[in-house]
Order: sequence, then C-alpha cells, then structure tokens
Amino acid sequence: MSSSTTHTSTIGAIGAPSRRNTELALLAFAVVIPLFAYINVGLALDGELPSGMLGYGCGLGLLAAVGHIVVRRFAAYADPLLLPLATLLNGLGLVVIWRLDQSEKLQDLAKAATGQFSASAPKQLMFSAIGIALFVAVLLLLKDHRVLQRYTYISMVAALVLLLLPLVPGLGMNVFGARIWISVAGFSIQPGEFAKIVIAIFFAGYLMVKRDALALASRRFMGIYLPRGRDLGPIIVVWAMSILILVFETDLGTSLLFFGMFVVMLYVATERTSWIVFGLLMSSVGAVGVATFEPHVQERVDAWLNPFSDAVIASTGSDQIAQSLMAFGSGGVLGTGLGQGHSDLIGFAANSDFILATFGEELGLAGVMAILLIYGLIVERGVRTALAARDPFGKLLAIGLSGAFAIQVFVVSGGVMGLIPLTGMTMPFLANGGSSVIANWALIGILIRISDTARRPAPAPAPNPDAEMTQVVRP
Amino acid sequence: MNKPLRRIAIFCGLLVLALLARDNWLQYVQADTLAEHKKNRRVSIERYAQPRGDIIVDGKAITGSKESGSGDFKYQRTYKNGPMWSPVTGFASQRIGATQIESIEDGILTGNDDRLFFTRSLDMITGKKKEGGNAVTTLNARAQKAAYEGLKGRGKGAVAAIDPSTGAILALASAPSYDPSDFAGITSKEGKLFQKLDKDKDQPLLNRALRETYPPGSTFKAVTAAAALEHGLYDDIDSPTKSPLPWTMPNTQTELKNEGNIPCKNATLREALRVSCNTVFGKIGSDLGKDDMLETAEKFGFNSEQFVPVRSNASVFPKEMDKPQTALSSIGQFETAATPLQMAMVASAIANDGTLMEPYMVSELQAPNLDVIEKHAPKEMSRPLSEENAQKLQDMMQTVVNEGTGRNAKIDGVTVGGKTGTAQHGVDNSENPYAWFISYAKTDSGSPVAVAVVVEDSAASRDDISGGGLAAPIAKDVMQAVLDSKK
Repeated sequence: MSSSTTHTSTIGAIGAPSRRNTELALLAFAVVIPLFAYINVGLALDGELPSGMLGYGCGLGLLAAVGHIVVRRFAAYADPLLLPLATLLNGLGLVVIWRLDQSEKLQDLAKAATGQFSASAPKQLMFSAIGIALFVAVLLLLKDHRVLQRYTYISMVAALVLLLLPLVPGLGMNVFGARIWISVAGFSIQPGEFAKIVIAIFFAGYLMVKRDALALASRRFMGIYLPRGRDLGPIIVVWAMSILILVFETDLGTSLLFFGMFVVMLYVATERTSWIVFGLLMSSVGAVGVATFEPHVQERVDAWLNPFSDAVIASTGSDQIAQSLMAFGSGGVLGTGLGQGHSDLIGFAANSDFILATFGEELGLAGVMAILLIYGLIVERGVRTALAARDPFGKLLAIGLSGAFAIQVFVVSGGVMGLIPLTGMTMPFLANGGSSVIANWALIGILIRISDTARRPAPAPAPNPDAEMTQVVRP
Repeated sequence: MNKPLRRIAIFCGLLVLALLARDNWLQYVQADTLAEHKKNRRVSIERYAQPRGDIIVDGKAITGSKESGSGDFKYQRTYKNGPMWSPVTGFASQRIGATQIESIEDGILTGNDDRLFFTRSLDMITGKKKEGGNAVTTLNARAQKAAYEGLKGRGKGAVAAIDPSTGAILALASAPSYDPSDFAGITSKEGKLFQKLDKDKDQPLLNRALRETYPPGSTFKAVTAAAALEHGLYDDIDSPTKSPLPWTMPNTQTELKNEGNIPCKNATLREALRVSCNTVFGKIGSDLGKDDMLETAEKFGFNSEQFVPVRSNASVFPKEMDKPQTALSSIGQFETAATPLQMAMVASAIANDGTLMEPYMVSELQAPNLDVIEKHAPKEMSRPLSEENAQKLQDMMQTVVNEGTGRNAKIDGVTVGGKTGTAQHGVDNSENPYAWFISYAKTDSGSPVAVAVVVEDSAASRDDISGGGLAAPIAKDVMQAVLDSKK
C-alpha cells in the first residue's frame, strides 16, 4: 500500500477548505428538487399548482437555511454533503407523504380504522422542523464530540431505559403487532430510534477505553483469540439485554440494527477479523433461535419466500409484500410519474415502512437508484468522517452511526424489495414518522460535528527559532 | 484503526450494491411479469379508468358506461335492454370478467388493441385521454325484439336468424335471460347476484342460441331431403318414393313409427315433408348410408364449431352408427343435436339457393374516432346442395307452410318456406319435447332472412303441431320484423 505516501482518503491535517459555499449551492438544489416534485404531483393529481406550494417550499427552504447558517457559524469545516443530502431526502419524503395524503383509498382506510383521517404531511413538516431544531441544538451544545465520552455509562442506562419504555404499562402502545411506541401528550414516539444513537455513544466510549485490552489481552481458544471476560463481559451483557428487549417488543429490524452496529464497532475497535466471523456465527445462531420460538418471525420468512401465496397472505393477514413488489414492477424503468401510480394499494403502511415502493412505482428504477445512491453517499460521507477523525472515540462513534444508518437503509429497502424478510423499520428521512426524522437529524448533527472537528485545520505550530538556522551543508 | 474502517466502507458499499442489483432485477428484469401479475389490480384499474367503447346495433349503442361512484374502478358498463341483448353482448363485469363480444373484442372496446396503437400514440402526444373503440354488429333490433318478446311469452328457448345472402346474424335471442347491468360493478352484492344466476336451474346465463345443442327432431328432415336430392336417391319431388308402411328398420325387428295416422306409404318427397313422415326420411337415411348423410350434414356445418366471432358449440351428427341408428339420426333423433344457429344455417343455405355463407355478427370494428379498423367481408362457407336441388327443397318447404304443419308461419304476400319439429328427449322420451321451427322468407329480390326457433316446451302434446303451434309464430314475427325493416 502506498497510502503512507499519498493521501487518498483522509483529509490533510492542514488547510482543508471549508466548502461552505459548495454546501449552500447544493442546498439550493436540495430545496428546488422537492419543490418541483411537489408541483409535479399537484399538476398530475388536480391539473393545477398545489395550494400549499408556497408554504411547503418556504418551510423546507427555511429549514435548510437555518441548518446552513448554524453549520456556517458553528461547524465551519464540516462535511459539505451531509446537510444537503439529508435535506433532499427529507424534502422528497415530504412530497411523497403529501402525495399519499391525497389518495382516497388511504383516506377511506384511515376513516374505517380510526373514524377520521388527518393528513400526515403537515405533521411531518412539523417533525422535520423539530428535527432541524435538534440538529441545531446538537451543533450549539456539542462544541466538541469528545465531551460525549464522559457520558459513556449514562448513555448505557439511557439506552436501556429508552428501550424499556414501550414495555411500561399505560405508556407503551402495541401497534400492528410491535410494542415499540410510547404515547406522550398525544404524540407517539418510537424510543428505539433515539436508543440507536445513545447506544452508539456507549459502545464508542466503552470500546475506546477497552480496545487495547480487548485486542491484546486475549486467550487462545479453539483457534481464535477470546478477550477476557471482564473486558468483554459488560458490553456483551448490555448488548444482549437490548436484543432481548427488542425481541420481546417484536422489533426485529432494530435488533438486527443493534447487532450489526455492535459487530462493526467491535471490529473497528479491535482490528480483529475474527470478530466478523464470530458475529456472523452468533447472528445465525440467534436468528435460528428466535425464528424457532417466535411465530412472528416465521410468518415474515414465509411472506418473504412466497409473497404471492394465498395461504401466506391469509395467515399474515396482509399482502403488503406482494403489493409492494407489484408496485415496483408496475413502475418499471422510468416509473408512472409522480402522483400517477397506485402504490396506495399497499394499504396503511404505504407512507411509512413501504414508502420506497411509491418511489419505485412513480419514479421507477431511475428514481429508486438515485435515492439509494443518496443514502450510499450519506454513508460514504459518514465513513469518510470516521477515517478523518483524529481521535478513536470520534472514529468509533462516526463509524457506528454511519454503519447503523447503512444497515437500517439495507434492512428496510431490502425488506420492501423482497431481498430479505421484512422487519419493519422506516426509511431514514423519507418515511412518515416523527421519531425517525428527529433522531436522524440528530444523527446527522453528530456526524457533522465530528467531521468539523476532523477537518478543522490544526493550529499552526509555534514558530521555532531554530528552524531558520538549520541549513543543509553540502560537502 | 483505518484498515477496518476501509473494510467497513466496502461492506456498506456492498449493501448498497446489493440493493441496486435487487432493484434492477425487480424493476427491469421482472417488471413486466409483476406489472401483469394476476393479482396486480393496476391492470383492472387501468382497464376501467375510461368508458368502454360501445356495441352498436342499427347505428345505436346498446351498451353504455357510467361512473361507478365508489372504489378504484372509475367506470362500469351499462346495458340498454340487457336481457334482450345479452346473448349478443355477453357481459363485462368488474367482478367476474367479460364474456362473448365483450371479451372477444375487449382490446378494441378498452382501447388497448395493438391496431389502435397509432391513434393511441397520437392521443398521448396531444394529451387526450384514452378511449375505447366500438364494435358494430349485424343485428336487426326489430328482429331481435320480435324474437325475444316471442320467447318470453312462451317460456324457455332460443332464436337465431341469419341473412342467407351474407351470413349476417340478424337475431340471437335466448330465454330466460339476465340483465348484465345487474352485476357490471364490483360490489359483493353483485357477486352474490351472479352466483344466484349461475346456480339457477333454468340457466339464465346460458346462451341457448349458440351454446346449447338440442335434438333437432323433424327439422333435420330438411337436411335428409337435401342429402336424398344431392346424392341422386330421388330426383323428382313429386314422384312416389319406395316407402312401405309400416317400415321395419334394417337389421332389427323395430318398426319406425310416424306421429299419428298420416299418409306416408310411398309418399312423394313433397308430401312426406309436408306431413313429416318418419318412415320416409328414416328409410332415405338408411338407404343413403351414414357416409352420404354425414357428408351433407357436415357441409351444412354439423360437427364443427362456428366462430361468429363468439364461439358456438359444434352441432352433432354422429360419425359412428349402424343402419337403424342412421335412420333415427336422419329424422333428428339418436345422437343428432343442433344449436339454433346451426338450424338457421340449414334454412339459410336452402334459401340462398344452396350456398351456405359463413355466419357472423360483428360487421365492423371502429377506432374511437370512428375510423374503420376491420370490416367483415361475407364469405362463402360451403355448398351443401346445388342451386337446382335447393330450389326443389324450397318448393317442398313452401308446401309445408302453405298446406302442411307450418301454416302458422304464413305471411301475406311473401313466400315462406319452413319445417316444423318436435324433438323428444330424455330417457324413454320422458321429458317434455322441444318445439322447433326453421324457416325463411323470400321476396322478389331474394331471401332476406332465415330463422330457427326452439322452444323448450313444457306443456305441449307430442306431435308436430307443437313445433308449428309454439315455434312457428315466433319465426313469423321475426321474419315479419326483418321484412318490415327492409321497406
């Protein structure tokens, strides 16, 4: 490797340009594209410009502007792509949620289920605003991400509390078979989305301290090096508890996410490939174990293998996967055009878990590939931030968060596209759901903070009076 | 820590790559399969998104479309005078699907046909909504009304009428019938109604004119007479035949009986047809043998399905039989069975001087802008008998109407030829007989109509009067209606 001589991935320590103007230009696109999409939907559905055009356009523009100003002021050297990409996804999500609000079929469905229909898009815009507010708060309050190290064990407790909240009687709600929501003052919150970030902080903090012990003070057992119990024990316990709680809440997607994040961070911290092997082994044991005593899991696997079978549809009570696959198929390469598909056939989850299917049908292969690449870019910028970070805690936190983001995107879109069994998570930023949007804005905030610290030019070395004196004397 | 980080980056890249690959598989490779999957409701939504084209009779639409009002299927079919026209149109139901013309010409009616590709592409550019084309039929509204009203008054049965010179179908009625408007939508109420119709023992959904084969009884004697003339068994219709009475069927001890005490001994062909002698025509069949009989019957269209373009069941003239069975088959008994359309074809071939034209009922397919996409040209199907023999047979059939069992079909000032029939069926002939009548009308300018009527008789006495009494008046009304509309 010639990486010792050329800097291909990490950003040089000195004099990285701030790229704030690049970010501003990209943000303009990130606001204009959803605005055009919004106009497109309105024209397709009613043949006229949608009435809320000014409201939504200004709303999104304002959010982007606030985000940009705060970054310019408080994180001047941050990665210039993260904010525009997240804004673009958030904007496109708003457009499609608004488009699905217009569907008579979904309105009827909501009226039949709860007696009334209320549009989701205004709420989503509000949650996006709260999300941006949290993003701003993160940048204002978190001057240096290393501060978070102090809260390693508090994070652990917080994560477990957050995960346990939905199991508290009277607070938690069982919605469509998963007990992952809590109801506070009329709002339903998914604590798991926030637990994702908090537990990443705990993992990063703990592993940073113990990484040498984990990697080196190990005993050889059956050909692989196992760390000492006192090093690995606590983290295994916390992790296992989270997984168990999630299994009881039948939140399979999030348990998969926690597992993946744990293995990734452990691997990065210890630099031992055996962890990957070990992780995969454990995950397959875990998966088979859970599948044998959880009928819920069994159903999902059946629905994944035979999405069109009548027996499976009857036993699961829904044909969402089949409908989703047909939505993708009907979209084809170029799609039907925004507002002109029938993805509302998927039913109540069309604007949350299955929102990607609407993109598939109405924007086609081209649109979905673009969306996936945007997600890919966010993850790539996250990994780049981890590479650039100068402290192990920052590296671990950045890779944990971006790894979790990547796994979440893979698990949701893979499930919706029938690549893997459906586990029920939301597409970050796109899907309808307050907790998801807010938590992911916080996640982006932390990544931006880490990247700002990483890219900030090192203070110029103090002038050394000896330097001028030194001369090379040729014989 | 950078080495594992790079590997994680590659791993994340692979995750995205897997998603991209899966998406390409779904939306490119599998797209068409999924888009046309039988559970994909979009196909139906698309199909009912605009009004269907119409089925047209005498320049007027007998179908229509209205907004469904609920659900995602925007338009549903309506029918004008549905029970009368249902044997022609079939039905187009959002819940059950389509049949007959509605199904066969579905591409034109929905506007999806490839032949509409050009107009459709043009519409796409100009932004016009997709529209369906029309199917123009050959039917005669007055004849259809006469046929349906006549049947309705007499219970169950069917009528088929043809223009002998072209093969154009003028009437196609069946009773009891159903109104396809009743279950054109998708509600479960409509589904239940269809189930009820489907299970009804009177079979209202059955298109008796095309899909039900009845023993034709004595009307088949017209075919036997044609065979006798064509194969040279008898030349002169007014010379006595060699017909003993009583006549014992060859190789058996069984006498073939006539209905009542009618003068059939050595009767002339004309006389035998007039009073409908079983002995005379049974003997002709057995004298000719099964091959000659089969040849003539098949030339008239027996043993093959007709596509008009709706498929009719094949009428049956048995291919394997001994002498006595041939005798029975030749008077329309044994396994002989015919659709009303088939017997109308027999009458029309005789009326058209021996030339049988291919029957059809869709004369034109139109694009939404009324451009003609396809026009049906009358086609000759076969020549079951020579012009000379056809005229001899016409002479005989006119005697049946003027002086014989078919008097009820007489029309003043018009030459009418016909033949009655009463077909017994069931074990030991235990069930009520079918009353048949086939006929044609003839004016100076040729024959405008040939018709076959069958009434599933519930209370008739078992003689030929039943055919003349029950079926002939309906035939007369249908012929009269066609003649009137020509004026």
